[in-house]
Amino acid sequence: MSKNPPNYISTTNACKLCTPLGAAIAFKGIEGAVPYLHGSQGCATYMRRYIISHFNEPIDIASSSLSEKHAVYGGGANLKLGLINVTKKYHPQLIGIATTCLTETIGDDVKMFLNQYEQEVKGEKPTMVEVGTPSYNGTHMEGFHNAVASVVDTLAGKKDTRDEGSPVNILPGFVSPADIRYLKEITKDFSLTPTILPDISDTMDGQAAKTYEKIQPGGTPISAIAAMGNALASMEFGHTMSEKSGGAILAEKFGVENIRIPQPVGIRASDRFFDHLAQLSGLPIPEKHRAERGRLVDSYVDGHKYIYGKKAIVYGEEDMVVGLTAFLAEIGVIPILCASGGKSRKFAEKIAEATGDLLPEQPQVHEGMDFYDISELAESLEPDLLVGHSKGYPLAQKLSIPLIRVGFPIHDRMGGQRILHLGYRGAQQLFDLIVNACIAKKQSDSPIGYSYM
Amino acid sequence: MELLKEREEQIHRTGEQPFTLTCNKDSLAGAVSQRACVFCGSRVVLYPIADALHLVHGPIGCAVYTWDIRGALSSGPELHRLSFSTDLQEIDVIFGGEKKLTNALFELIERHSPKAAFVYSTCIVGIIGDDLEAVCRNVEKEVNIPVIPVKSEGFKGNKRAGYTAACNAMARLIGTGDTTGISPYSINILGDFNLAGEIWMIREYFERIGVEVVANITGDGRIADIQRAHGAALNVVQCSGSTMDLAKMMEDEYGVPSMRVSYFGVEDMAQALYDVAGHFNNPEIMAKTQALVKEELQELLPKLEFYKKALNGKKAAIYVGGSFKAFSLVKAFRLLGMDVVMVGSQTGTEQEYRELAEITDPGTIIVDDTNPLELTSFLEEKNVDIFVGGVKERPIAYKLGVGFCDHNHERKEALAGFVGMLNFAKEVYSSVMSPVWRFTYQKAEKK
Repeated sequence: MSKNPPNYISTTNACKLCTPLGAAIAFKGIEGAVPYLHGSQGCATYMRRYIISHFNEPIDIASSSLSEKHAVYGGGANLKLGLINVTKKYHPQLIGIATTCLTETIGDDVKMFLNQYEQEVKGEKPTMVEVGTPSYNGTHMEGFHNAVASVVDTLAGKKDTRDEGSPVNILPGFVSPADIRYLKEITKDFSLTPTILPDISDTMDGQAAKTYEKIQPGGTPISAIAAMGNALASMEFGHTMSEKSGGAILAEKFGVENIRIPQPVGIRASDRFFDHLAQLSGLPIPEKHRAERGRLVDSYVDGHKYIYGKKAIVYGEEDMVVGLTAFLAEIGVIPILCASGGKSRKFAEKIAEATGDLLPEQPQVHEGMDFYDISELAESLEPDLLVGHSKGYPLAQKLSIPLIRVGFPIHDRMGGQRILHLGYRGAQQLFDLIVNACIAKKQSDSPIGYSYM
Repeated sequence: MELLKEREEQIHRTGEQPFTLTCNKDSLAGAVSQRACVFCGSRVVLYPIADALHLVHGPIGCAVYTWDIRGALSSGPELHRLSFSTDLQEIDVIFGGEKKLTNALFELIERHSPKAAFVYSTCIVGIIGDDLEAVCRNVEKEVNIPVIPVKSEGFKGNKRAGYTAACNAMARLIGTGDTTGISPYSINILGDFNLAGEIWMIREYFERIGVEVVANITGDGRIADIQRAHGAALNVVQCSGSTMDLAKMMEDEYGVPSMRVSYFGVEDMAQALYDVAGHFNNPEIMAKTQALVKEELQELLPKLEFYKKALNGKKAAIYVGGSFKAFSLVKAFRLLGMDVVMVGSQTGTEQEYRELAEITDPGTIIVDDTNPLELTSFLEEKNVDIFVGGVKERPIAYKLGVGFCDHNHERKEALAGFVGMLNFAKEVYSSVMSPVWRFTYQKAEKK
């Protein structure tokens, strides 16, 4: 089990981002939405830059642009002005307002400001959703999940005017646009009608367009969110978010069963996901997906010897690390350290649940880690692989080992938004990536330069 | 496109009316400014000082979004590429973060043995009232290196205020080092950040003409150099927005005169060398400068011909952090035979915008502190072929089917100096002439 983690006062090269960033990304997954940060100008700009470098898409995040006098007298007037200006320029259907450490600390009451706005402002008024995201509390994942919960709490109802198919809710957490496109495909193949919240598949991985879109098309329609209370069930990926999640709210308010499963990464977690869909739809797993699973197993067999016993360090968001660790365990890679900047207090338990029967010995699992801590532990662990986002690159370089780039952010490669992690297809891509990384390493380290595997 | 009323006076069109332009004001709420904040201004200026500890006192965001953010290279230590934070938590916000900051400083200084420590305050520190001066003073007593607070609370002004805070922080270092042995023909290079190794090229030019460089402020910067920078005979200031305050302070306090230069584009690069040589009024230095410029131009100009021919008549738009760089870019595009149809910046001054209006062609849009939707409408209106900006501007260009040249702090291509002009031409060419545009709707429809 876990040994004592390093315990430093300072943080060096954090393995987490701040709460409002997660909220902004979640809001980007709603149709016609503009994310809005109630804080000083810098937060919005920094996050835009950070997010653009991964997705290569425009992401306009508005800001109250608070200055010194607002910090003293309160930011209400600027919030209202900002909302009016965003409405004028973008004509959004929804503005997703996230607070920042500045406005949380000066005690701005956003709910009250929004009530005043509602009474004072005439004319066009988008739907407002607000979420408290002080950056001194939690990571970007708390921001993400709390924003989703707030959207559900504010918008979901039980009246469904749509008469199409059997609706299911999927709350996938922070996964890639490619993952979401694939989730839609799978659910539709089961003749289910998915409402995926949030849906960044188009908004953060858009097409070349004829005209510049002020707000990128796509995202979960507000009407679909309004109907989430009518779904057959909700499927929520991950276990490390707070109890008051979007799925939990739907269960509590509308009695929609909330099926919480780990992120479907790898065969076993994907099987659970497909089984639930089969159960919900009453249909067998479609042949197309069975075949993909079959090919995946076939490739596992073909590739197993190249990776067996390789030691991996996995880091990033807790739920993604749980999923990836389970996947690595099932292909014969030994996870030796699982690290996250998050602090759910459930991390080790969930990893044990996902891998217990596959691993003779549990990896070290540590919450609240930064890359200094990870690097320090790595020295004695002698890993063969790093699995995580691109911020692990300096460590991979130092250790001269491959970095398998997954998750967010990918700032040093093309196509971060198109990495597929979930389901049989995602496992196939990850498996090929990992096997090939190991083969490439062996090949480039070899003086012979052999030309067969 | 209809402008927000408050934004109208920050946009000017050359020749269409007498020059007026409002600038250096707080960004408008909800306008989606491309600007960052005071902290950003300080952080980017001090960032390249490679042997200093840069500790961000605040919640994690401010540190993590500035981790390894600049392509500012170091010839030695690389401490500047790490991201240090006190990662304030709720409990620190309630009870104050001074103790955590003190302990973090001791921990990091012991671990890394930096030559100095900069402690950046963030929004929240300004609110909870941590006394950074006192913490730094107390730690400094025990660690034997300068520990310097940078007053960069994000909300206390705009990015320009951050430049001032950075200059104030560096001012504390200047005057504390030994200046013996410094040549009378010596300069400090201010406002070059050694992106893609540019300051090494510039230093080499100065060395070739017989001028000693005392301190790089701040590209490939070192604390010890900055401490003896007051011994230099002249401050040569680029990117005047960011380090002019420091030059002024050194002039007042130590009598070091300063001049503004730019190393971008052939004309400005040559002018920078001539100005420095002229300042020293030494025939040998002037002769060497003439020889250097001649040699470099003989090498460069024939190579540029190919690009000039290909790019002649193409239209360019520019949006950069400080407007001083924009002047050089306007000239560089002219040299390539291209038309600049829009030019703007996040933090330009009225004087700079006025001068831009004087040198640009009629109809050129001049804009302060703009935003994605305005930029979009300008690029569309002017039917631009290439947009020069930073990461946040890139997707705007690409979605409009417009080429892009990164001229911001993340870039990996050296664009300064004579060889930089060639690289710039290649950069512009490789985007404008790429075959990929034939697949985008905008260009396909134009044909």
